[in-house]
Amino acid sequence: MTTHIPKAPAYWSREAIMPGIVAIGPMLPGTLAFAMAFGAQCAQKNFSLVEVEVMMATVYGGLSQFVAVQSWPDRLTPSSIATLALLTLTVNIRFFLMSATLRPWFGTLPAWQAYPAMLLVTDGGWLAAMRYREHGGANAWYYLGGALLLYVVWLFAAIPGFLLAEQLTDPKKYGVDLVMPAFYAAMLVPAWKGPRRAIPWVVSGAVALLVHWLVPGWWFIIAGALSGAITAGLLDEPEPHHGRAA
Amino acid sequence: MSEFLRSDVMIAFAVMTAVTVASRLGGYWLMGYVTVTPRVRRMLDALPGSIIVAAALPVAVNGGPVVMFAIAAAMAVTIIRRNDFIAVITGMAVAAIARALGLAG
Repeated sequence: MTTHIPKAPAYWSREAIMPGIVAIGPMLPGTLAFAMAFGAQCAQKNFSLVEVEVMMATVYGGLSQFVAVQSWPDRLTPSSIATLALLTLTVNIRFFLMSATLRPWFGTLPAWQAYPAMLLVTDGGWLAAMRYREHGGANAWYYLGGALLLYVVWLFAAIPGFLLAEQLTDPKKYGVDLVMPAFYAAMLVPAWKGPRRAIPWVVSGAVALLVHWLVPGWWFIIAGALSGAITAGLLDEPEPHHGRAA
Repeated sequence: MSEFLRSDVMIAFAVMTAVTVASRLGGYWLMGYVTVTPRVRRMLDALPGSIIVAAALPVAVNGGPVVMFAIAAAMAVTIIRRNDFIAVITGMAVAAIARALGLAG
């Protein structure tokens, strides 16, 4: 980062709840549509509504749930459950990287506050929180307020989707598959800090594409993300006096 | 009970939850043992952009012209208006309209 704003340790103050909720506002229509599409897909795969809600509440990873239900086996055996677990891991291991980036912010909070907060890490909530943090924000409610709202919306939005399954057989018709990529693209624009800071992105994208072509499954996300981070670590600081070989 | 909450399905959900929870808590836990040097700082700072690109680029390339055009439209709107909400709606609308017009992808 070129902007070395000294960052305060985390604290709790309720005045950040509303700004936090407003920040994840752009995610809400997409989350709603995504959860509804997921509910519809589960109905078509003969899950019960209670089962769907248990999954929404416990796994709580939209993309991983979608991918798992799409490849749900006809018969659950120890080996087919292990396959589902591995699939879930490859999609969700990015949460590992996301919660790692929250440590410098949340690290001063007691563990009983910080760890439960990490259970609510999602793409949108995390990206919004990181943007707030980058501008010097430290109020933990900003993150938690948005994260809690996303959780509640996710939990309830699957119900109408499940009940309207016949009308929602083709979510692509409504552009639901664009929700995540479009939000990601929108978050990338303000993250632009000049070409030098974008070198890790290029590496990440190239590695992700390569892995996507060569390795079946969802390994490309973590492979690309890690390559990008490592690249950033190997690049030297732009300032002089730091010129040591990587 | 048995029909609404099948026990084998619950076991599968429990295993999926376990790996997801481990992912969410693991990164935070591990960073408790890592000293945040300038190098680590740079790595952490590069993660948001890197995760975004790694997750979205293969989807975009695989999605074909409709998806790529919709993502480009979302980015263009963001550059002009800096509004995430309008960007997401634009991306969805562009894809929905293109498909309604019969474009594949």
